[in-house]
Amino acid sequence: MKVRVDVDACVGAGQCVLAAPDVFDQRDEDGMVVLLVEDPPAELEAATEHAALLCPALAIVVEK
Amino acid sequence: MSETTIGVTSFPTTRDSSCPFDPPAEYAELRAQEGTASLACPVGVNARVVSRYADVRAVLSDPNLSSHAAPSTHVVADGQLDRPVAPGSLLHMDGPDHARLRRLLTPEFTVKRIQAMRPYIQGLVDDHVDALLARTGPVDLVQDFALPIPSLVICELLGVDYGDRDRFQEQTAVLIGTNSDPEALQRANAEVVGFMTQLVLAKMAAPGDDLLGRLIVRARENGQELSVEELVTLGITLLIAGHETTANMIGLSTLALLRQPDQLAALRADPGLAGTAVDEMLRYLSIVHFGVLRQATGGVTIGDETIKAGEWLVAALSAGNRDESVFPDPDRIDLRRGATAHLAFGYGIHQCLGQQLARVELQEVFARLHQRIPTLRLAVPFEEVEFKDHALVYGVRALPVTWDVEDDR
Repeated sequence: MKVRVDVDACVGAGQCVLAAPDVFDQRDEDGMVVLLVEDPPAELEAATEHAALLCPALAIVVEK
Repeated sequence: MSETTIGVTSFPTTRDSSCPFDPPAEYAELRAQEGTASLACPVGVNARVVSRYADVRAVLSDPNLSSHAAPSTHVVADGQLDRPVAPGSLLHMDGPDHARLRRLLTPEFTVKRIQAMRPYIQGLVDDHVDALLARTGPVDLVQDFALPIPSLVICELLGVDYGDRDRFQEQTAVLIGTNSDPEALQRANAEVVGFMTQLVLAKMAAPGDDLLGRLIVRARENGQELSVEELVTLGITLLIAGHETTANMIGLSTLALLRQPDQLAALRADPGLAGTAVDEMLRYLSIVHFGVLRQATGGVTIGDETIKAGEWLVAALSAGNRDESVFPDPDRIDLRRGATAHLAFGYGIHQCLGQQLARVELQEVFARLHQRIPTLRLAVPFEEVEFKDHALVYGVRALPVTWDVEDDR
């Protein structure tokens, strides 16, 4: 799995951090998304996909 | 498709009194119809009402749909859709202007920052439970629990001085109360605007380590200094959005859970369930119950239909949240459902900025109230509870509750 995030689209809702805290974080200075792991291991794939589904700004793209 | 081909022609606003937690029955019909229905809204425009989950998400994430009209004014007869938007009205802004302003606020509501507020919120909930238990029922849970907790959280967040919090709380309670007469409402509105203006001026002169202070400094450092007017509008937006919604969720969800003893017993037995329980109750109750209004600024496609520039759309959040293709058995409360993808906080660029704060407040209430007062129950027959059918945010006017005195723990 490959994950990309679009910081310009991000609205800082924090949904991805709740869904997959090992994969996503937020910058302290503006709350925008930080991708912690570009290729999450198998055990984090489901949570990562769920985070992409939740993102209100469609800022997370997952490729398998 | 003409407006008369659908069985419903006016915007549904009336619920079935036998199940006041369910949206008006017309929404289930609308979801089952092909396409979207064009309905007459009380404000005086026809709007296409989008009621399926996928369509609600499509509408709310489409950049060709503008938010400049107030979010729920389609249900208000004198909603004034064309009135100018005040500077700093985040909810009514679009595109880059909205993004710039929102980004000044997002660092205040990150998951991390809100988690850091959890101990404060826990203490606040416990103090209010203590105050209930120091009395004997019945008490009105709305007045003595649901309203003050989010109000004090907002005071803490905005940096309102301790000495001013009682007055601030009184006036905002009048402002968001639906029992207030128009004159009292106007007076409270003027008071809150005056109060917020004083607060903003004080923070501009000496920015402290609180939301308003940090916002002022951040904006200056980014070269986008905010005016007094913008800061007052933002402060009041945060106040109303953070207070009214959370207070109504506390009151209404407590009542709904008291009516579902099996679910309530599960929550009482396992307070760890509070996390998923909160999202399920947000989905089930969808208190921004009339949905949100958008206007097309360019061509928009919803399913097979084309919406032309200038046309109005309503994204019916409550209907999307009962879409059986996404939430099986949608009219049932299932605290273990894991309904995090619900639409109660909206979707798209305007999705609730304070959602993490709302979640933590509700989680602490859910985990503590029923644990500490296990015999909590309604003190009047259910039929006597009054619902705010026509308020923009749904809820109960009052919630008389009582408990056994042995519950003091």
